[in-house]
Amino acid sequence: MKKLTLLLTSALAALGLTLGASAYAADQKNELEIFSWWAGDEGPALEALIKLYNEKYPDTKLINATVTGGSGVNAKAVLKTRMLGGEPPDSFQVHAGQELIGTWVKSDRMEDLTPLFDEQGWKDIFPEGLVSLIGTDKGIWSVPVNIHRSNDIWFIPKNLEKWGIEAPKTWDEFLAVAPKLKEQGVVPLSMGQNWTANHLWESVALASLGAEKWESLWSGDLKFNSPEGVAAWDLFGKILQYTNDDFSSLSWQQATDMVVDGRAAFNIMGDWAAGYLNTTKKLEPNTGFGWLPSPGTSGNFIFLADSFGLPKGAVHRENALNWLALLGSKEGSDAFNPLKGSISPRKDSDLSKYNKYAESAAADFARDTIVGSLAHGVVANEGFMNDFASVMETFLKTRDSKVAAELAQQIATKNKIGQ
Amino acid sequence: MRTVSKDRILAGVTLLPSILLVGIFVYGFIGNTFWTSLTDWGGVGALSENPEKNYVGFYNYKDLFVGFLSSGFRQDLVNAIFYSVFLLIGAIGVGLFIAILLDNKPKAEGFFRTVFLYPMSLSFIVTGTIWRWLLAPSGGVNVLPTYVGAEPFNFRWLSSTQSILQFDWQNILSFAFNVISIVLIVIGLWLLGKRSKHAAKWLVAGIVIGILVYLFGDMLPKALIMEEKHGFNLATTGIILATIWQYSGYTMALYLAGFTGISQDLRDAAMLDGASTFNYYRHIAIPLIQPITISAIIILSHISLKMFDLIFAMTGPDNGQTGHPALNMYLTTFRANDFARGAAIAMLLFFLAALFIIPYLISSYRNKDERA
Repeated sequence: MKKLTLLLTSALAALGLTLGASAYAADQKNELEIFSWWAGDEGPALEALIKLYNEKYPDTKLINATVTGGSGVNAKAVLKTRMLGGEPPDSFQVHAGQELIGTWVKSDRMEDLTPLFDEQGWKDIFPEGLVSLIGTDKGIWSVPVNIHRSNDIWFIPKNLEKWGIEAPKTWDEFLAVAPKLKEQGVVPLSMGQNWTANHLWESVALASLGAEKWESLWSGDLKFNSPEGVAAWDLFGKILQYTNDDFSSLSWQQATDMVVDGRAAFNIMGDWAAGYLNTTKKLEPNTGFGWLPSPGTSGNFIFLADSFGLPKGAVHRENALNWLALLGSKEGSDAFNPLKGSISPRKDSDLSKYNKYAESAAADFARDTIVGSLAHGVVANEGFMNDFASVMETFLKTRDSKVAAELAQQIATKNKIGQ
Repeated sequence: MRTVSKDRILAGVTLLPSILLVGIFVYGFIGNTFWTSLTDWGGVGALSENPEKNYVGFYNYKDLFVGFLSSGFRQDLVNAIFYSVFLLIGAIGVGLFIAILLDNKPKAEGFFRTVFLYPMSLSFIVTGTIWRWLLAPSGGVNVLPTYVGAEPFNFRWLSSTQSILQFDWQNILSFAFNVISIVLIVIGLWLLGKRSKHAAKWLVAGIVIGILVYLFGDMLPKALIMEEKHGFNLATTGIILATIWQYSGYTMALYLAGFTGISQDLRDAAMLDGASTFNYYRHIAIPLIQPITISAIIILSHISLKMFDLIFAMTGPDNGQTGHPALNMYLTTFRANDFARGAAIAMLLFFLAALFIIPYLISSYRNKDERA
């Protein structure tokens, strides 16, 4: 019996020692762990950044922790368990704006990056509107790596010629031309599963409300159930009549494919579609595929951005700061964005490295009114986004604008939008 | 005597780690989840180092059932119930049918057994992806008829927006009482068939509740302020099909093991007495392997209540037509940061699964006692 106890205790002690020792060792090593959901198509862009980092800081071992899954649904869950467990990565990817602020900044888990912005002079280099959307009155919370545009309408110029139509500049034009397309057996507007409906909604709502009211929706000054709010849902409902009825089983790529194949005339999607059409579908910008700002939103730029932040308690804080400085630098930005198919958030990026679509987007970004995206986490916190997905499902089922607007207001109150 | 007690100590010491681990990591955490579900942990600041948690009693549970914003969860719950029922009928029916065919020793029986059991070895993500392709609106199963020159099917296996067998959640209370009354009457009739003396009690209770609901059902409080229809969404048929495909091989294996356990003498005797093959299975084989049917029901029903990956792979998150409480729980907890509400959904799923498993455990312990 004694022997057994002795054996057990010594085994336990040994186990404890190894665990303790390895934890201690991790603290001391010259490492940097970055956490993201960039794998697959987006992997090469991240690899380019990592390569650059390794060249600059050859002594630091960079650990690239990725968790795959569209728009980070799985990565975010893993990140939350790690943060709750007191084991934050040194720097992690997050959608800039309220998705970061509502979840991590309000929980006091992030370090203020204002000193870094001052040191690098970024306040002058990033557009002012962008800096205000990724910060609060208490600080700036992440370094934006890229800018994507959400309000684009995509089409194939040759097909439009064949059907004898032009790309619509307003929703009225679209609603006028849509019945003709339907008669010819063409779906006027293709759509995919739930999140792409949210994505479409933000373009429609911005067209219906205008940039100013769109912003007051998120500052809490305009109610979702106000007449303007209901009108946005009304317009959305009218447009939905002209979408494909099997949308809920299509991915965004499949919805874009419908346009490429000529089964549908238009698709509203973010500008990652440009990368898809160009790289995967081998179509040339302008000639092979065309784009415009989504109807009724020219002069407005709905943006979303990926960014990296610095969590409090990061083990390798210095290395993480080096990483963030690299991300915001011109060199880092111009290495990453051409591969990712996005534009640089910097005003001074080298446009010769980018493709034709990116050039036009960059020009618009410098000129247009910049507003934040709902579907991609800029203007609303994660609680609202989650609930909005079920409001959307209710609307898709019932098509009742009043109920949808009422529900949207209730979830805005519940999730403290604008407070 | 000394050796026995030493044995006991040793047994205790060996068991202690697992008792401790199970106690903390299973039962302790169930308790913690339950406690969390009684708080308001969630929303802004939910992930801070010391999040604010206030005790709110059963508010989260109440809100899930009667809250204005929770209709999505209610549809998920209805989906899960239909899903369980159809999966049980489908997988047990198909599995039993294949098992009977194979029990009659066709040529290459071993080969077929492997073929039918094979889907079990796939992960749900793989099954889900394959079936999502097969059931695509304009591909796979839907174009099969064109190979024989017929028109393609037009059914939306995974994206239909139709819903049948609808009921109004407003009247959920009277609906629930009706179900209770029917269950009581069925148990009563079953006991009557077994000539049990308790039959009358069950029957009377069931009939009385039924009459009361019929007469005074309108006086029961409404669960909601407005009408809210829930029913069987046809978009879930695709998911049910895929799950039946994956699990009927498993039930086949269970039944086949049962059939093989029945002595050949019994079958020969039945045949000598003039029983047809059908009658042999109907009156002898299937009643003999009733424990297997019960285990299959338990296993399948708790699988269907926990189903997550297959649905995630087939129709994705945020699909109101094909949602499931398990998906809802994951998104509510880890996307919306509403930990208390997520915990409440988790507890409800836990209770639902317990509803199936506890009676099974009780009856199997009783059987053991009787045999001992």
